[in-house]
Amino acid sequence: MMDAFLHQFLSGLANGSIYASIGLALVMIFQSTHHINFAQGEQAMFSAYVALTLIKAGFPYWAAFVLALGFAFVSGMAIERLIIRRFNRAPVLTVVIVFLGLLFIINSLAGWLFTYNVQTFPSPFPPGLGNRFLAAHEIGMIAVTLIMLLLIFLFFRYTSLGLMMRAAAYNPDASRLVGIRVSHMLALGWGVAGAIGAVAAIMAAPIVYMEPNMMGGVLLYGFAAALLGGINNPWGAAVGGFLVGVIENLAGAYVVGTELKLSVALIIIVVVLVTSPAGLFGRPIVTRV
Amino acid sequence: MEGTVQRAVESESARLAHAAGRAARQPLSAVAVVLLLIAAALIPFVVSSFYLLQFTMVVITSIALLGLNLLTGYNGQISLGHGAFYAIGAYTTAILLEQTAVPYWATIPIAGGICLVVGFLFGLPALRLEGHYLALSTFTLAVATPQLLKFHALEPWTGGVQGIYVSTFAAPPGVPLAWDQWLYLLSLSAAAVMFLLACNLLRGSTGLAITAIRDNPIAAVSMGINLPLYKSATFGISAMYTGIAGALAALVTQFVAPDSYSIFLSLGFLVGSVIGGVTSISGAIFGALFIQFVPNFADQISKAVTWAVYGSFIIGFAALAPTGIAGFLTTIVRRLGLYSKAHQGPVPPLPRLGSGFELRKRSK
Repeated sequence: MMDAFLHQFLSGLANGSIYASIGLALVMIFQSTHHINFAQGEQAMFSAYVALTLIKAGFPYWAAFVLALGFAFVSGMAIERLIIRRFNRAPVLTVVIVFLGLLFIINSLAGWLFTYNVQTFPSPFPPGLGNRFLAAHEIGMIAVTLIMLLLIFLFFRYTSLGLMMRAAAYNPDASRLVGIRVSHMLALGWGVAGAIGAVAAIMAAPIVYMEPNMMGGVLLYGFAAALLGGINNPWGAAVGGFLVGVIENLAGAYVVGTELKLSVALIIIVVVLVTSPAGLFGRPIVTRV
Repeated sequence: MEGTVQRAVESESARLAHAAGRAARQPLSAVAVVLLLIAAALIPFVVSSFYLLQFTMVVITSIALLGLNLLTGYNGQISLGHGAFYAIGAYTTAILLEQTAVPYWATIPIAGGICLVVGFLFGLPALRLEGHYLALSTFTLAVATPQLLKFHALEPWTGGVQGIYVSTFAAPPGVPLAWDQWLYLLSLSAAAVMFLLACNLLRGSTGLAITAIRDNPIAAVSMGINLPLYKSATFGISAMYTGIAGALAALVTQFVAPDSYSIFLSLGFLVGSVIGGVTSISGAIFGALFIQFVPNFADQISKAVTWAVYGSFIIGFAALAPTGIAGFLTTIVRRLGLYSKAHQGPVPPLPRLGSGFELRKRSK
């Protein structure tokens, strides 16, 4: 009984690491632009396909991993510079549908280039790593996510580039006055967010299998994670991701069965938000009248 | 004292100018609307039944989009979940026709009424949520809908994954019309009534209250507007529009199944609304045309990457007309100076056609 509960709890944490990464990517873009990137999941999916193609071409796993991250970084920057930048004066809802348009485009291109067939994706972690609670890949997934979170924390906390990026997101006008190229920082932020998303998709792929729609549900959970933690708090989004993963798994195992687990998890999240509308760790938005 | 009189005179003359401007524009637009209606009513006698079905869907979708425009464009509440109300409307009609003796035409207002109540109740907790948080809760609604419809406990009514077949019906005796022609005209009359109601709603003080809440909720409350009531009521009315559209659509497709009401239906509504012009009434028609015809057109351009072409069209329209097609047309009309001949001075902002819409002012 206890073992079964621990198993559900820990595998919820493993799924949660994926949601945490996507949530973090969403928050990174939200903080600097106040937009939710609905195409984040599709960008991540495309990068995972790049990794898979490289692995099939004979590259070692981790080399393919790094190259796919590089691709995600560059393509994230390119999307910001070539498309999103043109809409920085457009109404919010117009930007939302631009993201939806991007979602359709990337999804369709992936289906065309890599086919809609479901493919398997290799896991780099030796099966011996697993124990009676967690499979090897789930342990590896949590570890990779935690390492990534640590690296991102160190980057933003201890490098001057990280400081400049935070400054540009926090107060663009003042940053410009002290000589920070705000638009470059914005593009960099999109690149970093793209790379974080790619890590999530590559880690998720062995579990959900590769196909163009693999990130649909994951994006929704990432969105929920970001809002649950507080959309203006990156660490809140990461914690929110793990929470969503656990809630989802426990609800599926003990409350309603897998048939309705997506709905129930989301309803719980909405209930939490109704009682604390800024998210668990977010700053409430205060307006001056 | 003198100042007061002067101000009264000034406001009176402003009111007169305003009224004159409206009178000058009204006959033109009224004639245009009547001509459009006549043209629309002639469609079933001109086009093949394949295209007639598509035009019927355009008319129905425009009702759904109008509901979304009322909520998102005029009241400032974003919804990514209106597909849920469309589904509720459709299932209400299907279940009533399947299990009761209610005539088909009576299921449409019943579906609207149920959606009005459900929408109002959903609007109550949604009061606490704004912007992206509201987007998430409505998104949840859209995601939960197909799952709930498939849920085994509800299967006696919803038919589970299989869905429900809706039995077909003929035009009333004595009306020499084919089934699809009759259904088109039925949808068109429903749409005409719903559009007229929306125009009247937005023109009066209720409409001012609804838009005031969008523009500045704090100021609106201090002017004595009952914010929770208006926001929930707008949510209910908006859901009613979409539910009526869903009910009509169920009669047209003669079949309802959970997977027709996926999240992509809701996202499609939002795309149509924004591309048509979310703060306009006519935008609902343009948006419905976009949703119905652009995917087919994209399919003709390329079978392999249909959705990539569709996505490019969305981004292209967003770039060319950020305030939607209706906003774009209004700008053109103003540039050509058609309004300035009718009266001098600024155009009164009633009803606002596709003006710039911000969910929340960006704080500096």
